Amino acid sequence: MGNKVLMKGNEAIAESAIRAGCRHYFGYPITPQTEVAAYMAKRMPKIGGTFLQAESEIAAINMVYGVAATGRRVMTSSSSPGISLKQEGISYIAGSDLPCLIVNVQRGGPGLGGIQPSQSDYFQATKGGGHGDYRLIVLAPSSVQEMADMTALAFDLADKYLMPVMLLADGTIGQMMEPVELPEAREPQFTEKDWAVTGTKMRRAHHIVNSLYLVPEELEKKNFERFERYARIEREEARFESFMMEDAEYCVVAFGIAARVSKNAVTAARREGLKVGMIRPVTLWPFPSAALAEAAKTVKGFLSVELSMGQMIEDVKLAVSCSRPVSLCRRAGGMIPSPDEVLTKIREMAGGYER
Amino acid sequence: MTVFEKPKSLTDAEFHYCPGCTHGIIHRLVAEAIDALGIEGRAIGVAPVGCAVMAYNYFACDMVEAAHGRAPAVATGIKRSLPENIVFTYQGDGDLASIGMAETVHAATRNENITVIFVNNAIYGMTGGQMAPTSLPGQVTQTSPYGRDVSVAGYPVKVAELLSSLDGPEFIARVAVNNVKNVRNAKKIIEKAFQNQIEGKGFSLVEVVSSCPTNWGMTPDNALKWVEEKMIPYYPLGVFKDRSAGKEEDKA
Amino acid sequence: MTTQILIAGFGGQGILFAGKFLANKGLLEGRQLSWLPSYGPEMRGGTANCSVVLSDEPIGSPIVNKPDVLIVMNLPSLDKYEKAVAPGGSVFVDSTLIERRVARGDVKAFYIPATKLAQQNGIPTLANMILLGKVMRESSFVSYEGIEDAVRSIVSAKHADLYDVNLKAIRLGYEYEA
Repeated sequence: MGNKVLMKGNEAIAESAIRAGCRHYFGYPITPQTEVAAYMAKRMPKIGGTFLQAESEIAAINMVYGVAATGRRVMTSSSSPGISLKQEGISYIAGSDLPCLIVNVQRGGPGLGGIQPSQSDYFQATKGGGHGDYRLIVLAPSSVQEMADMTALAFDLADKYLMPVMLLADGTIGQMMEPVELPEAREPQFTEKDWAVTGTKMRRAHHIVNSLYLVPEELEKKNFERFERYARIEREEARFESFMMEDAEYCVVAFGIAARVSKNAVTAARREGLKVGMIRPVTLWPFPSAALAEAAKTVKGFLSVELSMGQMIEDVKLAVSCSRPVSLCRRAGGMIPSPDEVLTKIREMAGGYER
Repeated sequence: MTVFEKPKSLTDAEFHYCPGCTHGIIHRLVAEAIDALGIEGRAIGVAPVGCAVMAYNYFACDMVEAAHGRAPAVATGIKRSLPENIVFTYQGDGDLASIGMAETVHAATRNENITVIFVNNAIYGMTGGQMAPTSLPGQVTQTSPYGRDVSVAGYPVKVAELLSSLDGPEFIARVAVNNVKNVRNAKKIIEKAFQNQIEGKGFSLVEVVSSCPTNWGMTPDNALKWVEEKMIPYYPLGVFKDRSAGKEEDKA
Repeated sequence: MTTQILIAGFGGQGILFAGKFLANKGLLEGRQLSWLPSYGPEMRGGTANCSVVLSDEPIGSPIVNKPDVLIVMNLPSLDKYEKAVAPGGSVFVDSTLIERRVARGDVKAFYIPATKLAQQNGIPTLANMILLGKVMRESSFVSYEGIEDAVRSIVSAKHADLYDVNLKAIRLGYEYEA
């Protein structure tokens, strides 16, 4: 535990981003993620970085677009209603093949919704959100340690695949403190990229960062090229955690805070003699479909536990090709199921077993 | 012998602009300013959504295409990342004064060290002639077919006057390109707007009163007359704010 | 062993700060832990609560649904959370602010006039820490030894003067006999 410090999840994101060499942050205040901005406001001026409180989430994401176009690491963070406002910019960034990090510390919706934790932006994060054919790599941390680790990972993945990466957290993970070992600090990279706008210095043809293609054949080609990259990501980057799956007859599927709660329920179910395990998607896109399909060969049923009316369950059903029943344990609007509620659903799944 | 040459800061791509459109002149003035100041190698332009959407093909410097109205935010990001580069936006009236008003005002009030070229031709050109935030009272457009009714559509936005009321911006001016004298002055003012950035002075915006013969339904000649007779009286030309000049006067 | 602690009261009573003390104490002892505040627009005067979980194993849910230890600093909190306490658990009540007794017979109840003690000792804002002193006296999920380091880690360098008074408050509570 030598190097562990106690930090809020939101602060861990900010510190880890700085350590990943990010020197540009643009945001707009919204609960429950404002600590990210506050941390950046404090630190960035001291390390020669940019913290800018933008006039809106729309402006913030477009500032991100501007920095990303220059080839430097950049991020923004917000919570659900603010992320909706950013969708235009995200679509442009994806359409221009630029890397960046977008953090969504989710709260209940729709509309102004509430400020308590939620996972109801799953569809928005994993199925597009903005207009056009595009994907985001979506990482789902379930601890403060993962907030730090996945922030660093997100920048690396964004740079590797030239696309925006979203860290999809929720109010609980953002607000909670846990001991965290921060990733090693890396210096910002200033390597010249063959697509970035940095000034021609009269030595090369001009670079154009753009998502406009008025010739449909060209635009189609761009889309196909992008989806070849996406296919590679689906093959190589799906991540998940298995918990007590070795001999499991039933499988809970949950991510983020829902996985933390479900872990308690799975442990309790094991004490009752129920052979239950859990698969926790760590990447929501790409979704760890292969792992679930593999589990479907041996387990009798799945239970999707979500802080939404049931969004990830659609991907679970697709992953197992409806070969096994998939049931749902859900809370919405900022409510979180208790381990007992999840346990009750596990018992129901295991055949109407009553204590 | 005087040889008329294309500025180095323009590419060889042919403009797609309509006959008589003044975008060509304004592109040229911007490129001449970049050439004159020797900043082509470090200039980065941000193109708008509107008639100038393909400006990224015409300027020879590095270019970024922004979403509608967001150019000042994109330029802010670029400038914060590369403070030694010279960053400019080129925007129309719908882009800058309607959908992008928040980005415009806030970049100005932050005194973001960028140069903004604002082309005001009182109409949405690219989409085929709809009412703009700067369309004149009574002006007939596709979406104000009976003339702009100020009781319904409100009044035109006077961008230069509006922004010059802010403490933030360094330099706000309005020019026109309807005759040789005005073009010469526009050239001088645009160059100053870039020079200010080089000197680190801050946000410099030049509103260029322009014409759109196609969507105004006029010959190019008549369009220029309309600029003189209708536009300029409503949008008076001049320097509305020049903080550094103010300081020099104070000293004097 | 896993201990779930819930601290509840009004905003402004130092509910979250008390939780931070326990979390930092746990960190210094090399334990697994989580600290989760209620968050919202009520910075002062509204209800506030804080979940702290301390364990020797990786922690599952950071949300305390069935506290082993409940610390309450106002009546609405006792009314709301008394039912939730795990059988055999402990309830610590600021008896200056809460007049009623704990109704359940299957939990241990401790009554400390923390707010009154705080006022009498010239540390009127530290009833929360007095309660924590008593908690440490009556339970063993964190050790009383090393409280100085834990206090140091939550008192910012800017407010070093708070170090002494916080220690004083904890000791008052630890030594308090009903």
